[in-house]
Amino acid sequence: MAYDSAEWAGLNLWSEREVLVAEFSGVWRLMVARPDCVKVIEAAVKEQPNCKVLCLREDRLQAWDSSLLIFVRQACAWAESQGWDCDLRGLPEGAQNIISMASAVPSAAESDGSAQNSTDLLTRIGEQAISGQKRVGVFLEFIGQLAMDSWAFVRGRAQWRMKDFVVLLQETGPQAVMIVSLLSFLTGLIIAFIGVIQLQKFAADIYVADLVGLAIARELAAVMVGIIMAGRTGAAYAAQIGSMQVNEEVDALTSFGISPIQFLVLPRVLALVLMMPLLCVCANVVGMLGGMVVAVAISEVSVIQYVNELKFAVGLSDFFGGVFKSGVFGLIIAIAGCYRGLSCGRDASSVGLAATSAVVTGITGIVIADALFAVLFNLWGI
Amino acid sequence: MHGITAENLSIGYGEHIVMEGLNFDVRKGEVKVIMGGSGCGKSTLLKHLIGLEPAKAGRILYGDEVFDPSNPRAEQIRRRFGVLFQGGALWSSMTVAENVALPLEQYTDLSAAEIRELVELKLSLVGLGGLGARAPSELSGGMRKRAGLARAIALDPEILFFDEPSAGLDPLSSRRLDELILELRDALGATVVVVTHELASIFAIADRALFLDAATKTVLCDGNPNELLENTSTDPKVRSFLTRGENGSN
Repeated sequence: MAYDSAEWAGLNLWSEREVLVAEFSGVWRLMVARPDCVKVIEAAVKEQPNCKVLCLREDRLQAWDSSLLIFVRQACAWAESQGWDCDLRGLPEGAQNIISMASAVPSAAESDGSAQNSTDLLTRIGEQAISGQKRVGVFLEFIGQLAMDSWAFVRGRAQWRMKDFVVLLQETGPQAVMIVSLLSFLTGLIIAFIGVIQLQKFAADIYVADLVGLAIARELAAVMVGIIMAGRTGAAYAAQIGSMQVNEEVDALTSFGISPIQFLVLPRVLALVLMMPLLCVCANVVGMLGGMVVAVAISEVSVIQYVNELKFAVGLSDFFGGVFKSGVFGLIIAIAGCYRGLSCGRDASSVGLAATSAVVTGITGIVIADALFAVLFNLWGI
Repeated sequence: MHGITAENLSIGYGEHIVMEGLNFDVRKGEVKVIMGGSGCGKSTLLKHLIGLEPAKAGRILYGDEVFDPSNPRAEQIRRRFGVLFQGGALWSSMTVAENVALPLEQYTDLSAAEIRELVELKLSLVGLGGLGARAPSELSGGMRKRAGLARAIALDPEILFFDEPSAGLDPLSSRRLDELILELRDALGATVVVVTHELASIFAIADRALFLDAATKTVLCDGNPNELLENTSTDPKVRSFLTRGENGSN
């Protein structure tokens, strides 16, 4: 049986007792169409079912490149799947060398286990579920280790540097004040603006202070600061630790017996948990100030009336409830950032993924925690 | 006397086994090179030896003590060795001097002045005296490696591990680093384990070399590289590796 295409990638197949011979001729280049390997071999096998050896050789082969190699590798894979032997001695020496070099070292796909990945939907769902379960296990292990290392810190046995902590405090707190203030001021301004327009219809302009005060103290200050810090600091934590992972700096710490969680994670978590409530207080003050600017500018409310109404409307429980929440949000952001950084891969793109993932995880965590707080505060009557 | 012993050691990542049934030892005071082709598992073996990855099977002994990274006792063993990572792995948020000082601050009761003195000494040993105030980003590749080496020897380790010390260095810097490794071995009396595939380094520094083979996932031979080259019974793959394939064997 002969397959001679018009473009001269020729292939002859015949059998000699138990040997199926495939003989290449003509031009086997990538730009030239070549026969479908499995189809032609299986068609030949149907006619000669007793074959057990596939012999690949050349005869009058004018030129070849990777096109021939692709065919040979497919033929070898097919022969292996059928339990046949494959004889390549008749191929050009260069092709034999390349094929043997390629099979000398296990493929990267085999090395990382991805060779077993299936395209079947159900199998993929199952694999994702199993890997999800493993990820949950790894995350819980991280939380457990963090708890143990926090205890070591309380007992004064944690390995960390005060100098790093001070720098982290500076980066997390004072350096974030400007952006937090700006966004809080604008948020207060927008809420007051929307509120005043509606309240003026009922001649109830003064209640704009209640609206702005309660919204900012109970919810917006904490959530706004949380989202800003997740994007700013959570991503930075993931990128910093992720880069250290790529540069083997985390391995270097471990090799000295220094716990990366004590040295890298704990100071970051502490810095954010300490600074978030302070930033939240700042956001409260500036946000209410923003509301006041609008109230005074476009309604009949005076500064004194606005402040008096704020004092009446916003209780200490509202204020401290928000501040407490921001501390918890800080914990969530820091854990998300540090966990994503430590579980970062070993290449540059993994650092980007870790930073993105830290922000998404942080913001998702904040929203979930805020919903839980809403229920709890309602139950506690706060 | 054995510094490190591997018994039926299997190494790998996740489910994947890179090497299995490894049996070898590193004698005290010798320079042992772990060699083999790219991707054969040399660096993976190093990561297992220093406890960054847990063994899949078998065990590693430091002296007579089993090294299990999950055991709290492992921290004591870790303090007995220093590691030079491929790119130096200097902590980028600290100066060179702070990098060298950190292990001393964590594990000794030395005063700040004594630590400063010792840091300068270690940096001078690797030819970086007076450069302690520089940030790692201000150093060349070779200087980073030497700074990493100064940090690795900060606690006077009994065992020094080197991961591809010559990678990315010009031949002259590479030769200087080889000489430095031998000088430090003699000065500190340390045992040295080097992962490399640089032939010049292998012949220059190795007392014994271990050849890892990716195809069979095991050790093909263990011996002095010059003797391995002269011995006709040496596995053809190893001879081919040691002669850059110039003897015609594959």
